[in-house]
Amino acid sequence: MVLRFNNLWSLTIIAGLLPLVWLFIDIAFDNLGSNAIQALHIRLGDWSLRFLWLTLAITPVQTITKWRGMTDYRQLLGLYAFFYATLHLLAYLLLDHGLKWGIIGTDIIESSYIWFGILAYTIVFLLALSSPKWAKKRMGKTWKKLHRYIYVAAIAGILHYYWQLKGNLAEPLFYLILIVLLLGFRVAVWFKNRKFNKMMIPTSKRLVVVAVNPVVIPETIAEPQEIILKSLRNRAP
Amino acid sequence: MIIKTKKDIPSSEITDPLVFKNRRQVIKGMLATLIAGTGISPTLANNKSVWGDLPKGNFSSDSLTLTPAELIKNYTNYYEFSFNKEDSTSLAQNLITDPWSVEISGEVEKPGTYYLEDILRQQSLQEYIYRLRCVEAWSMVVPWVGFSLGSLLKMVKPLSTAHFVKFTAVYQPKAMPNQLSNTMLEWPYIEGLRIDEAMHPLTILAVGMYGDTLPKQNGAPLRLVVPWKYGFKSIKAIVKIELLKRPPVTTWNKFAPNDYGFYGNVNPTVAHPRWSQNTERQLGGSFFTPRRQTELFNGYGEQVASMYNDMDLRHFF
Repeated sequence: MVLRFNNLWSLTIIAGLLPLVWLFIDIAFDNLGSNAIQALHIRLGDWSLRFLWLTLAITPVQTITKWRGMTDYRQLLGLYAFFYATLHLLAYLLLDHGLKWGIIGTDIIESSYIWFGILAYTIVFLLALSSPKWAKKRMGKTWKKLHRYIYVAAIAGILHYYWQLKGNLAEPLFYLILIVLLLGFRVAVWFKNRKFNKMMIPTSKRLVVVAVNPVVIPETIAEPQEIILKSLRNRAP
Repeated sequence: MIIKTKKDIPSSEITDPLVFKNRRQVIKGMLATLIAGTGISPTLANNKSVWGDLPKGNFSSDSLTLTPAELIKNYTNYYEFSFNKEDSTSLAQNLITDPWSVEISGEVEKPGTYYLEDILRQQSLQEYIYRLRCVEAWSMVVPWVGFSLGSLLKMVKPLSTAHFVKFTAVYQPKAMPNQLSNTMLEWPYIEGLRIDEAMHPLTILAVGMYGDTLPKQNGAPLRLVVPWKYGFKSIKAIVKIELLKRPPVTTWNKFAPNDYGFYGNVNPTVAHPRWSQNTERQLGGSFFTPRRQTELFNGYGEQVASMYNDMDLRHFF
């Protein structure tokens, strides 16, 4: 990741930490209500989901605005989703259960909602681990395949939220509607491109372009293949 | 029925008995000092608790650490008002609780509708310190003010055909948003007990807590408290009590029969289909207070287990 000290970038980093600051203020002023540990735990989980949703919103925004500089922001927001998910997990293990592994074991076995949480966290953890640029380069095509699992993490995250509730379903429903919109956008783009490709460009021609053009691509552009494909197919990654 | 005494509570949960026994004096003393300083009439301090010092109920446990009143008042599952526990506190203030009457009918010799004042005139109020365990795996210790349900039922003389008791909560859609919009559960809220459970000396109807009248969000003016069952059994704002031959259809059981059984007995070994009931978070602790191991029948097993002797508690959950 190249550090760029422009205003929007610094602002995003600071904004990502605000929920944590807000939480500390609420702890200091005893504002978390009657069941403070649960409130803290849920707050961290909520913010993890919100950052995951923001991460997923980057691609549609890029496609619609045709603004191409947002990949780093997508990575940053994804890392914030991982950051809050980690705090959420630590709150469960340390605060709520005091690292008593016997009780934690029983709780995990008997609570199916936690299984979805574990699935979501495992994925987000692997994505965070492989998020540096060098990892992306080294992993090649596997990187993209792996990072598609963010959709699975998002759906597991919603189920994790929904599955532990007794009454109020309004909030998980709101997240569900958002994810349906975000995923629906991708499906629509994919569908449109497929149709377009079938009609307009023979597969062989695309291959020729890719094979010839890398020579003229400036070194500064990291992914020549990707960019050519995009320019031809106007397709969202 | 032989009633055994309650078993000991771990010393870690015991409040210093001196501090506990004198807590009212301590508070009154503090209030008196405050008021003497401000020049306000001293009657204010005396009006602090409407019921005054009450005798203790049979199984009231002096050794439990009380959950602070403020926490109890701001953490209620009262779905008629809101699915959000904190929101119910302010919304519930719209409920009209005066006048209040309760219809008692069904398999009884003397059915009728009774004003709450008339019921209270005939019942001796006592303080019952009970642990309330919610099905959502949290618990609190509440000093209820109330009277034995059994003693009320005896007044209307149940017939030998009365095997179950059905409780119906108030239907006031003008005050209760989720009744007005008919959201989620079927309204009014209905709960039920077997007759032996209803007659058990632990089972009370509460009209107050912390020596004061019941806050509206906590079920004013009259609610059930069955301490060995999950909180959803302890129905709030009761307007009707029917004695029946057959078990009543209860609200949560009808909504999700696999999640919430008719009995609703607290049992750490029978998990909810989606979460464990093995431990509970006690309200009122610090960030470093560990979770509490949930006890079978919420710790009241010695008094109530005999009622379920031949039953498979996994099946009748």
